[in-house]
Amino acid sequence: MTAQPPPSDVEQFHPRARAALSDPQVRQNFRRAMDGLMAKRKAAFADWDLDALRDLGAAVRQRALAELPNLLEQLEQQLQANGIQVHWAVDGDHACRIVTDICRARDARRVIKGKSMVSEEMELNHYLEQHGIEALESDLGEYIVQLAEETPSHIIMPAIHKNTDEISELLHDKTGTRRSHDVEYLTASARQQLREKFMQADVGISGVNFAVASTGTLCLVENEGNGRMTTTVPPCHIAVTGIEKVVPGLDEVAVLLALLTRSATGQHITTYFNMISGPRQPDELDGPEEVHVVLVDNGRATLYQDPELRDTLRCIRCGACMNHCPVYTRVGGHTYGTTYPGPIGKILMPHLLGLASTRHLPSASSLCGACGEVCPVRIPIPDLLVRLRREAVDGDRLHPSRVAGHGSKRNPVEAVAWRSWRWLHSNGGRYRLGTALATRFRRLQPANLGAWTQYRTAPRLASRSLHQWVRQRSKQESDES
Amino acid sequence: MNARKQILDRLRAATDTAAEATPLDFTSMERPPWSQEECLQRFEQTLESVHGEVHRVDRAHWLLRLAEILQARKVRNLLAPVEHPLGQALRQSGRDDLPTLLAYDQVIEAWQPSLFNDVDASLTSTLGGIAETGSLILWPTRDEPRLMSLVPPIHIAVLDADQLYSTFLDALRQQGWSAGMPTNALLISGPSKTADIEQTLAYGVHGPRELIVLVLG
Amino acid sequence: MTEPVKVYPAKPQKVYFFGTCLVDLFFPDAGMAGIQLLEREGIEVLFPQAQTCCGQPAYTSGYHDDARAVAAAQLPLFDEPWPIVVPSGSCAGMMRQHYPALFQDTPQQALANEVAARVWELTDFLLNVCHIKLRDQGEPVTVAMHTSCSARREMGIAAVGPALLGQLDKVTLVEQVRAEECCGFGGTFAVRHPEISGAMVNEKVSSLVDTGARAFVTTDCGCLMNIDGHAEKEQQPLRGQHILSFLWQRTQGGPGGQDREDREVTP
Repeated sequence: MTAQPPPSDVEQFHPRARAALSDPQVRQNFRRAMDGLMAKRKAAFADWDLDALRDLGAAVRQRALAELPNLLEQLEQQLQANGIQVHWAVDGDHACRIVTDICRARDARRVIKGKSMVSEEMELNHYLEQHGIEALESDLGEYIVQLAEETPSHIIMPAIHKNTDEISELLHDKTGTRRSHDVEYLTASARQQLREKFMQADVGISGVNFAVASTGTLCLVENEGNGRMTTTVPPCHIAVTGIEKVVPGLDEVAVLLALLTRSATGQHITTYFNMISGPRQPDELDGPEEVHVVLVDNGRATLYQDPELRDTLRCIRCGACMNHCPVYTRVGGHTYGTTYPGPIGKILMPHLLGLASTRHLPSASSLCGACGEVCPVRIPIPDLLVRLRREAVDGDRLHPSRVAGHGSKRNPVEAVAWRSWRWLHSNGGRYRLGTALATRFRRLQPANLGAWTQYRTAPRLASRSLHQWVRQRSKQESDES
Repeated sequence: MNARKQILDRLRAATDTAAEATPLDFTSMERPPWSQEECLQRFEQTLESVHGEVHRVDRAHWLLRLAEILQARKVRNLLAPVEHPLGQALRQSGRDDLPTLLAYDQVIEAWQPSLFNDVDASLTSTLGGIAETGSLILWPTRDEPRLMSLVPPIHIAVLDADQLYSTFLDALRQQGWSAGMPTNALLISGPSKTADIEQTLAYGVHGPRELIVLVLG
Repeated sequence: MTEPVKVYPAKPQKVYFFGTCLVDLFFPDAGMAGIQLLEREGIEVLFPQAQTCCGQPAYTSGYHDDARAVAAAQLPLFDEPWPIVVPSGSCAGMMRQHYPALFQDTPQQALANEVAARVWELTDFLLNVCHIKLRDQGEPVTVAMHTSCSARREMGIAAVGPALLGQLDKVTLVEQVRAEECCGFGGTFAVRHPEISGAMVNEKVSSLVDTGARAFVTTDCGCLMNIDGHAEKEQQPLRGQHILSFLWQRTQGGPGGQDREDREVTP
């Protein structure tokens, strides 16, 4: 039910942006939510040296990535020593097959899920359903989105695009819940419905926030308790995670946790921080009998090859970049048509789907830098956007493009236009001649400048350029002297 | 080629992966040197700000306070440890103002519906508290299994005032976590909550609706 | 990884002035105001006539070969070791922050690094290198300020404009809500994604108008064209000016140099 939009849908960025912009409800929902999140984040870091903390966060992630293959091996070894089974998946389909095989081996028909963006990336629910396995989301936001047959519009708050009215109507239609504006009531009825599902579930599937190599521990951050339910109640727990989530030890976890929850929702910590290091032991009374980890590559190892693009993998999925993004705030998450929306989506999705279908994403940014300024692990998002713009048009012969689908945005007319711009601006004499003509004949300047004048008046050419003015001035001065 | 080898080979083929050799500087994680009382105040404030309830109780009288709390909520039964000294004290108190005491003494499969539907409240011990984030540290055991702190709608946690750490980093270092982790370790910082419906907070979405901490001093 | 602490040079005898293409063609009064402010501080201003554009439009569009060719034509223009001042946070940011990477692995790399390290945004330079003291000669006025995103985030000078305006005793500076949010210009973004850019500038104009100010100043001509152009198109009672023009006018008792007729021509 939470199938990702097909790749062609990613290309509908412009029409969807227009639709979102003209929907006052969407605009208001996002504006209000993002304003609140920005204020909360600021307050949560008020008594910290945030620059130094971000330096530390960046260093933690950068070092973990530098050691990535070794850490993955160490993680695997420790997990296995703890009795957790480890699987490696080259891509989303492969990961789906692994999960399905585990379910089949247990004759599992019902799966309950905790929030996992990697499983969204894999389109796992869709795959399981095709194979006769019911997959139900248990995070309230994900549950709402699943009932609505939509995809999450935010990586932390999946149903942020909906207001209470819409949710009440949806719960009424799909589950028979009485219509209500009382959020407590709506929440309580979802609790009741989902508790039954937890008890019936054969398998619980979760994501992972951090995987600790030295202790073989899977860490999950959550507020609702559904993550704990998912990983504790069903007899089998499968954790799916991108290969980049591994960190060397627990000290590093403390740093990233401090940054993650404050950056994401302005919480000092989430209600639950759940650290799992093994299945139920013979002397224990609850917990899953089996725990599996699926380490998913899905384009990450290729991305890892490039030292500049590698920084993308530092991401801890806090969503602060989207909360602070003036573009995301206005168009909302669904406009992007990708699993990860917002700035992080713009720099990550081209590696998961290729630039051919995502070529419009990197340009959908004013490069204002708000995302880079708040990123807790200092991913240079604006620089990576420029890098992907360059790749999309194959704009640099010195540094050949490397991302799959590069060059797909190159347009001969635009290339010629830049070529002409270059011809004019790479020689001072030509430039002065050109600008002298422009100022001389400025009254011929058209009032209609296409997209620019759709929203603005045209800028007016001056009667003399600064070049001319300075020249005249120094001539006057030398005449006077 | 198998997936593991393929992924690791690809990662190892990357160049320019050298990390800086200098050790990480954790200075920015340090909090001001809070006194024990400041730690306690910070713990209280932070936990209360997320809808947790904190009671400072004299060690000698905690059962009385517990009984009052449970009575005020008309709790009919309380799931509590058996072996842990807290459980023993509770069970041997001879008080008649306590609700029926339940024990988690069988595997979950044997009594899941009853745990989910019939238990009003639970009581667990903690391994300590974290002042900075208002968190409780729990390492579930056979005596206090994982679901004990999660399924009943009210969770009462008992914290020793001497077991307050300033940060999570301090706690895990001082308690030597890296020497060996339990199958499940938890930080609990408030009742279960969600803001998924229009950013409006609602409590008790999947876990307890109330978290009550008795700080024994 | 933290931005290195800025080390301001001692006040020099001379500076190079890099005017930028937008100032050159559309807002030369801002450039001249900058030159005159520097001269009033006793600094000789060198204006290389062969300068054109920093290369940013092509750079942010991904056409790095073209950006590099244009940027390469600027590099040899500053052969004496004077600071290079730029009346734009965005163009200064391009030169200071991005030239080193743009020229990586090229023969001009050393020169590009050397030039980049000498680049200063002009208001920052006036405040923190010249230690300018402004004497307000104008009538009381209320203004708002929009600091461009590059000035704020790449050049780290969000405090500079307000500090300069604060020296003018008859100027009341009011702050709009979400002052740090982008106006939606973003170079070619404004024409590649006109609806999103339009929505952004619309909110920026609203928040500026809501301050009650009828005038705003900004560090960058891109933002100026965008915000002022939108306000004009929507017939909002708000007009913008480059901060340098404003500072010069306030401290000279009237418009500096340029005849205003230029700006009022309707094409």
